[in-house]
Amino acid sequence: MNAQSVIAPAPLVCEPISRTTLALFAGASGDHNPIHIDLDVARSAGLDDVFAQGMLSMAYLARCVTEAVPQHQLRTLTTRFVAITPLHARPTCTAHVRGVADDVATLDLAVTLDDGTLTLTGTATVALA
Amino acid sequence: MAIDRDAALALELDPLEVEVERGALRFFAQATGETRKEYVDVAAARTAGYRDLPVPPTYFFSLELQNPDPFGFLTAIGVDLRGVLHGEQTFEYLAPACAGDRLTLRPRIVDVVSKKGGAMELVTKETEVVDESGAVVARLGSVLVVRSLP
Repeated sequence: MNAQSVIAPAPLVCEPISRTTLALFAGASGDHNPIHIDLDVARSAGLDDVFAQGMLSMAYLARCVTEAVPQHQLRTLTTRFVAITPLHARPTCTAHVRGVADDVATLDLAVTLDDGTLTLTGTATVALA
Repeated sequence: MAIDRDAALALELDPLEVEVERGALRFFAQATGETRKEYVDVAAARTAGYRDLPVPPTYFFSLELQNPDPFGFLTAIGVDLRGVLHGEQTFEYLAPACAGDRLTLRPRIVDVVSKKGGAMELVTKETEVVDESGAVVARLGSVLVVRSLP
């Protein structure tokens, strides 16, 4: 069986990140770091504006994977946060099957912005049986 | 400022007991654009084979943030939080967790590595999530990047 025929998560194109997105995620996720929601704090840290929580993009990546594979088959999910996601950016999540061994598929994951910036890289392993 | 690695690894971190709440899971779904019914509707979750609304894959990190002082372990080892970035995050899933579950999170610092001649240190924390029977349902790993501030 071809690895790509086992699971093929479709790219997940998210809505552009608004201040409302960040405020809701701060409350819902419990990450109350003001650098993501308070312009005054962001400016005091030398930034032009607030930026998105890394775990918001990781939550989008998890959606991308679980829309193709039921969550109970997910075994691991790992990401590296490689660049910040600015306000108004639009994240797109992608997942590609790298290989299958012993009924476990390994997926390469990425989140990119419309300008090509890579913000997260990662891997997921999912049980096929 | 260099972190004392031995002191960090020896630091005892308090376990955290949490109860997974339906309303909180629905709010998380809304905030992450999740509209599939099994994540917001209990009957749909049960039809999908879950006992109740399932804990979505990254929500364990939010459970950990219910700690009243979630980054106290960093200040306890002398870290200035203004210089901290989230570098990596891992999750390992061993059993489904659902709304209504009472879970205990057991964190510990497992590694401290100095990089770039001490200008940057990587603190790795691992957290085991166990259910009421004592079974491990998930493991979390966070790598926090600590930069020296001028």
